[in-house]
Amino acid sequence: MSDADARTPLYALHVELGARMAPFAGYAMPIQYPSGILAEHSSTRTRAGLFDVSHMGQAWLDGPDHETVARALEALCPADIVGLAPGRQRYTQFLNPQGGTIDDLMVFRPRDADGRLGLIVNASRKGIDYAHLRKNLPSGVKLTIRDEAALISLQGPLAAATLARLAPGSGVESWAFMSVGPLTIGGFACEASRSGYTGEDGYEISLPSSEAEAFARLLLRQDGVAPVGLGARDTLRLEAGLCLYGHELDESTDPIEAGLAWSVPKRRREGGGFPGAARVQAALAGDLKRRRVGVRLEGRAPARDGAEILDASGTKIGVVTSGGFGPGVGAPIAMGYVPPEFAKVGAAVGLVARGKTLPARVAALPFHPHAYHRG
Amino acid sequence: MRFTPDHEYVNVSGDVATIGISDHAQRQLGDVVYVELPEIGTKFDKGAAAAVVESVKAASDVFSPVGGEVVAVNDAVTSETSLINDDAQGRGWLFKLKLSDPGEVEALMDAETYADFLKTLD
Repeated sequence: MSDADARTPLYALHVELGARMAPFAGYAMPIQYPSGILAEHSSTRTRAGLFDVSHMGQAWLDGPDHETVARALEALCPADIVGLAPGRQRYTQFLNPQGGTIDDLMVFRPRDADGRLGLIVNASRKGIDYAHLRKNLPSGVKLTIRDEAALISLQGPLAAATLARLAPGSGVESWAFMSVGPLTIGGFACEASRSGYTGEDGYEISLPSSEAEAFARLLLRQDGVAPVGLGARDTLRLEAGLCLYGHELDESTDPIEAGLAWSVPKRRREGGGFPGAARVQAALAGDLKRRRVGVRLEGRAPARDGAEILDASGTKIGVVTSGGFGPGVGAPIAMGYVPPEFAKVGAAVGLVARGKTLPARVAALPFHPHAYHRG
Repeated sequence: MRFTPDHEYVNVSGDVATIGISDHAQRQLGDVVYVELPEIGTKFDKGAAAAVVESVKAASDVFSPVGGEVVAVNDAVTSETSLINDDAQGRGWLFKLKLSDPGEVEALMDAETYADFLKTLD
């Protein structure tokens, strides 16, 4: 770790909790705490895990009214932003003119701020995203980077009851998945969404950096809440079949081959008007060279990202983009890209790890069922 | 018990050496989820890649600290990989070698030297 690594507002708390810190996207981040990745994974699946995701980029887009700001953002991504209701959040991607993915992000519309949209982007891409936005937003729409805001995620089956206890009368436990709103949690004024990156029910909570440590300590004092590092965050999202930028997504990957067609609604498919629309439309019409798939290995040895994917005759057909042990699955799992003819559940493939070809089969995603609160 | 700079250990009894990864190594690796052991009868030169220990995060080669022929492997750790985290320098041993040159053991670090070596790593 170098002194150049930025620190989140929870850095001192991570160190106090005995975290092993490592650089990630320019930040010194907790990879795991003393309990270890398997225990942290399990506590998120069975109780609640607290994640520091303050390294992610939070920003506001402000303009004269919702329609103006939404149209400006729709020019850069294939989601329906105009139709985003107050208090709702959506997942989308910034696309380049070739339909490749500049970043994937969350967009939300606050309940009571017409003309404002919130963005949450990947830490590793925020510089690129902000430059892209500054270059392409019309003059009436202003980007404000929220460097003063921390982001804390509470994930797992106890998350809703925990927040309901700390925010009595707020109704937070009945929010539907991807709802957003203001909350006062244990006296802390926050902006929260019911979302996350683990496949579990949970919330992402934004609040001023100056209050983040006291807030995190309050959550960690609640029954069943344990700190969880980036190691388990990765095993949780892999089991949940969620894309990680730089692995499943990059500037050469379009959202359709990545299995994200659900995030491109009918109006945008038909109307286009976003970068790379021609490629996205062609891919939706079936012109696909590859598809993202899940892969389940038959033995115990994991295959990591970069491992070649072979067909039954030993010919290379693709590459693993994420791979490792799935603690909840109890076996090694992976995601990667293969030609469409191999993207069928049960198709036999081989993954090359450490010079050996490991037998595996294409598997349905997610590996672990999502437990989102659909309301 | 003797140690290598790659964090393997050797525990010699007669002309047989028990080999595993050090407690420091298991802590660095984190939760072990996969272990690949050599076959009995395999002959290794000192420094040869002899086993694989993989944690949730990463794979790690285990290099044979000394030369010899594999006379036993610890099948318990392949089915119960957490033995390595729980007791790396005891029940979490990996394999036993019949030493081809007992003198190679003397060249390795003793426990005190290894403890000093670990301090230089932080």
